[in-house]
Amino acid sequence: MGITVSNISKSYKDVKALQKISFEVKPNELFGLIGPDGAGKTTLFRILTTLLIANEGHATVAGFDVLDDFKEIRKHVGYMPGKFSLYQDLTIEENLEFFATIFGTTIEENYELIKDIYVQIEPFKDRRAGKLSGGMKQKLALSCALIHKPKVLFLDEPTTGVDPVSRKEFWEMLKRLQQKGITILVSTPYMDEAALCDRIALIQDGEILQIDSPENIVKQYPKTIYDVSANNMYQLINSLKAYQHQHSVYPFGEFVHYTDKRTDFNPKDLKQYLEAQQLSNIRIEKTQATIEDSFMELAK
Amino acid sequence: MKRFIGFITKEFYHIFRDRRSLFILFGMPIVQILLFGFAITNEINNVDIAILDHSKDASTKEIINKISASKYFSIKQLIEREADIEGVFKKGKVKAVLNFEKDFSKNLIKDHQATIQIITDATDPNTANTISNYVNSILQNYQQEQNKAINIDYVIVPEPRMVYNPELKSVYMFVPGVMTIILMLVSAMMTSISITREKELGTMEILLVSPIKPFQVIIGKVFPYIFLSIINAIVIVVMSIFIFKMPVQGSLLLLGLESVLFIVSALALGILISTISATQQTAMMISLMGLMLPVILLSGFIFPISSMPVPLQIISNAIPAKWFIIILKGIMLKGVGIQFLWKETLILLGMTVFFIGLSVKKYKIRLE
Repeated sequence: MGITVSNISKSYKDVKALQKISFEVKPNELFGLIGPDGAGKTTLFRILTTLLIANEGHATVAGFDVLDDFKEIRKHVGYMPGKFSLYQDLTIEENLEFFATIFGTTIEENYELIKDIYVQIEPFKDRRAGKLSGGMKQKLALSCALIHKPKVLFLDEPTTGVDPVSRKEFWEMLKRLQQKGITILVSTPYMDEAALCDRIALIQDGEILQIDSPENIVKQYPKTIYDVSANNMYQLINSLKAYQHQHSVYPFGEFVHYTDKRTDFNPKDLKQYLEAQQLSNIRIEKTQATIEDSFMELAK
Repeated sequence: MKRFIGFITKEFYHIFRDRRSLFILFGMPIVQILLFGFAITNEINNVDIAILDHSKDASTKEIINKISASKYFSIKQLIEREADIEGVFKKGKVKAVLNFEKDFSKNLIKDHQATIQIITDATDPNTANTISNYVNSILQNYQQEQNKAINIDYVIVPEPRMVYNPELKSVYMFVPGVMTIILMLVSAMMTSISITREKELGTMEILLVSPIKPFQVIIGKVFPYIFLSIINAIVIVVMSIFIFKMPVQGSLLLLGLESVLFIVSALALGILISTISATQQTAMMISLMGLMLPVILLSGFIFPISSMPVPLQIISNAIPAKWFIIILKGIMLKGVGIQFLWKETLILLGMTVFFIGLSVKKYKIRLE
């Protein structure tokens, strides 16, 4: 009852949004689509939620074909679009009640499922949706997407524009929903959230770069990464980029993630080079690759 | 059914929480009917005119007396020279000048003919026309009186009688027109806006990914507006009966049923507009330009269809409002029943079915 996608392509006029995408989401899996804006994530969501028709390829959701059985899919999936799409002039409670009614259910019937999320916004249930904060809007949207107990949940960039605390809470909620037997496909541009998924697909320019569990993706990172820091960040990046043996240089928080072309790389050589560039307080330490490093490496 | 009721409840929340749409719904009909009824009028009353009398004899005096005695004209100025005519018009003091020729009485008796020049300010052609007609009829009247004294062998006496609106009240003409405009506006524009709003705000995306069927969405959207439009129609009819003493000669029931038919056709047009526009702005512009203008200009509401160029006359047949206005005038003023209006009703019905069919066909079940 998961999701299968095989050879899906979609273009808008002369833009190729998706090119021969294939992957599979197992039942009860929390699967992440990770990629920058414009990678084709939303297009893929719309194809799977039967809102768009692919130019090529097949896909099934919860065992139903996205083309032939689109009516069945519409009954059994929950969808939270990237843009906040609830009625701003209706209150929290009215929105939830409305979506419960059009799915032929009631809030009471499935209260158990949304309880964890809904209790947090219930004190404000008479407030209009347009007046809620980002985190609250997102909780309401999730409640509305869940109110009919969907088999598969589609969340398109649910944490974009949401504060870090709410983001963390949100992912905890997703984990709990997964335990209740719901298959979840979630997309995000935030690499740190990728680690929370069971498996992820890295996607860029309409193509999938890699599909695996976050741990495996990181493990497969081919190089040794060094955290490099110095007194002047800007000059450090420029110097590293000018270094003849550099393989990749990416700023990463207070450090720069550095990889070298040579297999017998000795950090001391680099330190000498940087000192020669008038940098001081130089520190070079081995570190673990992250999803972001993997993505950058694959997207190269 | 529960789904449907839930949807309609939601629609009513939208309508009653949006002040702008509430105003369009209920403020506009009242304002429009009052505006058209009181301010905009074709009738002329107490029009200021000037007299240039070269003869100043018994006949001209009598004619001038007759004119000033009528409620239509008031003599503002007496001028002495031809050269002054231009001046009084330019100052905008008068709308017309009556120029009596020299030796008016003498000519009348001697040659059986005398001339009065009626000069009107035709910057407003309708008024100019009306003034000249009114003066003409006063002169005719005078002539007839004179002819009684002298014996002429035969004479044709025209006896005009205006039926259905003997006092030529323009409000009789405006009420059906305004009713048509308002029903069109409320029904077509409001539905098209409310459907495109769902598209614009992204809620249509969620509605599509739900078991609710397209026709349920459409009926759910349309139902509140049918209800509100009927209330509007009642308000307009009641206002025109009590404020403007507009008669409703025919059956109120028939009037109601025909109005519902027209409302449904306008709603279908509204749905059609919403299927081709992506934003509320576009929907509003299309409704205003594509519906309001033809209703005002081509429906025969203000400009008589028979005096339009042939191509426009043909186009006017495609406008539902034209048929509805004919029906309204028939019922309200002439008091005729369905036996005289079945043709118009059938045309309107056909158009409605066509629009509904087209909009159901064009309604998208996906985003593209």
